[in-house]
Amino acid sequence: MIEPSDTEQTPATTKLPATPGQTIGPFFEYALPYAKDGELVSQARPGALRLHGTVYDGQGDPIPDALLEIWQADEDGTIVQGTGSLRRDGYTFTGWGRESVDNVGCYAFTTVNPGGTAPGSAPFIAVVVFTRGLLNKLHTRIYLPEDTEALAKDPVLAALPEDRRNTLIATREANGDLRWDVRLQGDRETVFLSFPGA
Amino acid sequence: MPDETFDDSHVVVSSDAAADTQASLSAEIQAIHRSYRDAVAAGAAEETQPRIDFAPYRSSILRHPTKDLHHADPETIELWSPAFGQRDVHELESDLTIQHNGEPLGERMKVRGRVLDGDGRPVCGQLVEIWQANSAGRYIHKRDQHPAPIDPNFTGVGRCITGADGSYEFTTIKPGPYPWKNHYNAWRPAHIHFSLFGTDFTQRMITQMYFPGDPLFALDPIYQSITDQKARDLLVARYDHDITTHEWATGYNWDIVLSGSNRTWMEDEDGE
Ligand SMILES: [Fe+2]
Repeated sequence: MIEPSDTEQTPATTKLPATPGQTIGPFFEYALPYAKDGELVSQARPGALRLHGTVYDGQGDPIPDALLEIWQADEDGTIVQGTGSLRRDGYTFTGWGRESVDNVGCYAFTTVNPGGTAPGSAPFIAVVVFTRGLLNKLHTRIYLPEDTEALAKDPVLAALPEDRRNTLIATREANGDLRWDVRLQGDRETVFLSFPGA
Repeated sequence: MPDETFDDSHVVVSSDAAADTQASLSAEIQAIHRSYRDAVAAGAAEETQPRIDFAPYRSSILRHPTKDLHHADPETIELWSPAFGQRDVHELESDLTIQHNGEPLGERMKVRGRVLDGDGRPVCGQLVEIWQANSAGRYIHKRDQHPAPIDPNFTGVGRCITGADGSYEFTTIKPGPYPWKNHYNAWRPAHIHFSLFGTDFTQRMITQMYFPGDPLFALDPIYQSITDQKARDLLVARYDHDITTHEWATGYNWDIVLSGSNRTWMEDEDGE
C-alpha cells in the first residue's frame, strides 16, 4: 500500500541522479493534446465551471505555444486514482487535465472546485507549465479565493509577500468561473515552486 | 524551416539573434560552461537540470522566471499522480511504424528502458508519451516548414504504459536532425521528445532523448543548457545490440530517472 501521510514524511534521499528535463519545443501540438483533454467534467454537470486565463511572457505578450496540466481533488477533497483521463467518457472524473493555449495564449479547462484535502486546508489545484522557450517544467498552484482564513494559514502562501502571494489565487467571476493567468517573467511574475528531491 | 521562433512579432530578441553565427553562439555557450566549471572547482554544487535562464537559446530570454523558485513541501494532491491504464492506451500505440498502410522510410529502431524514481524504485503502470520528426527531420506539425519530405506512413507519435518493472519500449524510425531559427545555420541534434509521469505529480517531466556520438551536440543551445557534462550524458541513449533484432531493427537503451518521491513508502515496497 502507498500511504502518503502529513505526519511522517520521509525526507527525499535521492540516490540516483535525475534525468535532466528539456523544453517541450514547438511541435507538441499534434502529439500531446487529445479529444476533450481539458474537460475534467462535462459542461452539463452541476457544479461545472470554466477555469481559464492567459499565459504571458516577460514583455507581457501572450505565449501562443504553451501547454498546461492541472491535477486536483474532487469537490469533496477526495484524490481520485481512476484511469480514463485519455478517453473522456463525460462521466468519470479523474482529476487530471491538459490544455494547450490558443493563438492568443488563452487556455480553458472545464472542471469543478476542488475540495480541501485536509481539515481546514486551503483548496488548490496543482499546475505544471510547459512552453517552447522554457527549458524545464514549472510547478505552481491555483488556490480558490473564498476561504480567506485557510488561505492566511497556508504554509506556502504565508511565506510569500502579499503581491507575490496573489499570483497563486484565482479570481472568482460573477458566473462562478475561475480566472487565473500565468506570467513567466516581469513585475507580476507568477510564483513557481520547487520541491525537495527535485 | 521549422519556425522555432513561431510568431516572431513579439520575440524581438529572436529576429536580431537570427544573424548570429554558430561560432559566436558557441562562444556564448562555452563562456557559460567555463564559469560553471570554475564555480564547481571552487566548491559550488553540481547542476543536474538545464538552466532555465540560458540566453544562447534565444526563445528562453523572455520565457523564464527571473525570481527564485519558491521552496515548498509537497502537499496531498502533489504526492499523488493521475492514474493511467490499458483503458487509456492501446498496446499498438507503442509501435510508430504500423500507424499507416505502408512502411515508413528510414532506419527502423527500438528504444527500450525503465522509468525509475530517485531511489531506484520502478515507476510501474505510468504513462509515457513520445513525439519526433521523421527520418528526414520533418514533423507532421503544421508549423514545421522545413522543406524535407513528409512521410505519409509516419506520424511520429507514440504512447505506452510502463510495466511492473518500470519498463517501456517503442518501435519507431530514427529521427533526422533538423534546422531551426535560433541563429544562422542552427541545427538540432536528432532527438525523441519524451513525456513522463511518476508516482508524485512533482515528478512530472518532459525531456528529449538523444543518440550517441551526434556531431551537433556541442553546437546545440538546448542540449548545452545543461551545463554539467555528466548530466548531459544522461540524455543520450546507449546502442544495445541485445535490443537490436535480427534482420529487423536496431536497438537503443535509455533509462529515465525522475526526481525523488516525497511519499512515505511502506517497507515492503522499498528495496526492490
Ligand atoms: Fe524536436
